[in-house]
Amino acid sequence: MASTIPDEMLGPVPTSGSNGVSVFADVVQAPEDPILGVTVAFNKDPCPMKVNLGVGAYRTEEGKPLVLNVVRRAEQMLVNDSSRVKEYLPITGLADFNKMSAKLIFGNDSPAIQEKRVTTVQCLSGTGSLRVGAEFLARHYQQRTIYIPQPTWGNHPKVFALSGLFVKTYRYYDPATRGLNFQGLVEDLSSAPSGAVVLLHACAHNPTGVDPTVEQWEQIRQLMRSKALLPFFDSAYQGFASGNLDADAQPVRLFAADGGELLAAQSYAKNMGLYGERVGALSIVCKTADVAAKVESQLKLVIRPMYSSPPIHGASIVATILKDSEMYNEWTIELKAMADRIISMRHQLFEALRERGTPGDWTHIVKQIGMFTFTGLNTEQVAFMTKEYHIYMTSDGRISMAGLSSKTVPLLADAIHAAVTHAN
Amino acid sequence: MASRAVIARRIFGRGGLGVAGARAMSTGWWGGVEPAAKDPILGVTEAFLADPSPNKVNVGVGAYRDDDGKPVVLECVREAERRISGNLTMEYLPMGGSIRMIEETLKLAYGENSELIKDKRIAAVQALSGTGACRLFADFQKRFLPDSQIYIPVPTWSNHHNIWRDAHVPQRTFHYYHPESKGLDFAGLMDDVKNAPNGSFFLLHACAHNPTGVDPSEEQWREISYQFKVKNHFAFFDMAYQGFASGDPERDAKAIRIFLEDGHLIGCAQSYAKNMGLYGQRVGCLSVLCEDEMQAVAVKSQLQQIARPMYSNPPVHGALIVSIILNDPDLKNLWLREVKGMADRIIGMRTALRENLESLGSSLSWEHITNQIGMFCYSGLTAEQVDRLTNEFHIYMTRNGRISMAGVTTGNVSYLANAIHEVTKSS
Repeated sequence: MASTIPDEMLGPVPTSGSNGVSVFADVVQAPEDPILGVTVAFNKDPCPMKVNLGVGAYRTEEGKPLVLNVVRRAEQMLVNDSSRVKEYLPITGLADFNKMSAKLIFGNDSPAIQEKRVTTVQCLSGTGSLRVGAEFLARHYQQRTIYIPQPTWGNHPKVFALSGLFVKTYRYYDPATRGLNFQGLVEDLSSAPSGAVVLLHACAHNPTGVDPTVEQWEQIRQLMRSKALLPFFDSAYQGFASGNLDADAQPVRLFAADGGELLAAQSYAKNMGLYGERVGALSIVCKTADVAAKVESQLKLVIRPMYSSPPIHGASIVATILKDSEMYNEWTIELKAMADRIISMRHQLFEALRERGTPGDWTHIVKQIGMFTFTGLNTEQVAFMTKEYHIYMTSDGRISMAGLSSKTVPLLADAIHAAVTHAN
Repeated sequence: MASRAVIARRIFGRGGLGVAGARAMSTGWWGGVEPAAKDPILGVTEAFLADPSPNKVNVGVGAYRDDDGKPVVLECVREAERRISGNLTMEYLPMGGSIRMIEETLKLAYGENSELIKDKRIAAVQALSGTGACRLFADFQKRFLPDSQIYIPVPTWSNHHNIWRDAHVPQRTFHYYHPESKGLDFAGLMDDVKNAPNGSFFLLHACAHNPTGVDPSEEQWREISYQFKVKNHFAFFDMAYQGFASGDPERDAKAIRIFLEDGHLIGCAQSYAKNMGLYGQRVGCLSVLCEDEMQAVAVKSQLQQIARPMYSNPPVHGALIVSIILNDPDLKNLWLREVKGMADRIIGMRTALRENLESLGSSLSWEHITNQIGMFCYSGLTAEQVDRLTNEFHIYMTRNGRISMAGVTTGNVSYLANAIHEVTKSS
């Protein structure tokens, strides 16, 4: 595989090594990641009353991270099983995990699965699943443009751009209503070129918390299929949005049921609290079983030079839980409890603002769904809240409801009230 | 929910799909996707597993086996896992990974008391084992030195080519293995080093070269380092077998230490897959030695920017295991003993395989089996001979004749020797 680029074209590169000058001397420091940087700033703040509403990681009423009981049990089972080894997984990951992840999102009785038209590969959480899917599309799909909603998770544009796709946007959020700009969405997807890829948040849109209704999803599906637009679902909150795993998977299942093709990235970071274990899956629903097998073989070629094979621990925990009906049930109960606590925080915050007579319409707080609320606060207001009230959130006004508790809701309400009534 | 037939009629009934849509409906989007070739290394184990023969031997993939041919979880790892389970949360690591794990990992490569570490000159991030570390570096190299290329030894681990190709870094090769002597082609290597344009990037295996098991001697490393200084080349070390080669991690890092003494600003990929048996946990580290702390901060921040759109942050479990072991003196000592145990068993199997072949009366020289070091032996077998070993004797290895010594046991070494003798005695 030696290249035959002649030496003169390769050119001398800046020297390295012994004379002490680094070849990377011109590398400038990158800016902090806007989302993860919030936690960095939060950690540096010495004030005891600080509140972190930045990154979307669930917190208990006591403000602590949570490891689900069922996860602890699964982990203990794995540790105690002395027959378990730490060998390499196959490139595509843990087979049981893959099978059950597909069933979780597409449904136990999904015809696509029964007909073996789905290939599922274990990837590193949602990010990794999106990246592997996007790299596959850039290599094998005839249309290299992906449409992403405006706004979307901050990391989406980079994931797709680095994979070699061209990123365009479609209208999604309506600042006036703090809800869905359905007309804008339909117009933009209608004018997309045939065959373009479209990123869809399966539920609990990040950062806005605004989801289409069931009727709107059906219209989106019909529109997309009529233009042969390829759906790429990002499902990071299944079960976390409404508290019900099947309800939250409806949009994906709607598309899978019409016999068409699609991609779906799943993450277990939030709904199983496995954040740092990096557990996720990419599924591609194909026209035939034969095509699905070929697609899987090509996915392996994307994965092998990236990290060879995925990490075993988190996927083993998930597989242990999904395989066991009693543990699965326990999971659904704990998941619903997390979702319910978040819904309760929404209502408490809404009430607190109402009590304070905070100007503005705050009903979006209880209408939006999932972990985040798009408050509608601007960057100046956000900066004010951070500086004066030690409230940490991303500068787009997104707050993680999971980071709130009954104790901190009043603090946040005070801060919002002050920011909104604060004369500039 | 309407039946699928009804839904299909609705779609077709809406004025058709257009050409692209119609094509999609008939063959789908992926009808033109070709089946990919199987990975040459991992495909071997797949074939092995499918073989029903009771005599089968897997000397394909490089994962350690004990003398019963069983995979091993180190005691120190089991203990670390007992401490983790039930005690810690699973929160996201920072993008750059576990600081504690990285600190201890750098000491292994750069030295326990390295001034470079104290001066914070090393930009380091946790990576997805050795593969992930190499890939981050390749992407980083492409982004910041887009005109650079990489010189890769012949032969090398096949995935190295895939990694730099997917990073869009052009590749060249340099001489390494000498088939006649089954040792190092030192003259060819030095020629290539001298003839490469100044400031070229070279991929070097720090120890236990994969697939050949052929390493330069200390003297040879010094000469290579000197020539690198003359040419101002960049040395990128892939160290996947520290501790596994000689049994002594310090000794196995010798090449790196020589380059550091000579003032090179190196890059290094480290893996815990083999030496801690953490294969499936995907734990490793990428480090880049910089001129000063400020530069190291900048480089690390940019490495994180490459990781973020790839997987956001690295997996926590394996990093915790490493961190716990290396930060606890008793566990660390236990680990060092266990690594030495693995290396010693392999060295013992090399001796046994060679002695068996010699006592079978083979007319060929099998010195290279004990001269080579680490997990692999480059046997010199041809692809045809390898195919015979597989088809007639159910012995599985990669077709380049690479034998994973970790798959050799006292139980199968004479069977293996007999088979090798059978297929080579006419040559």
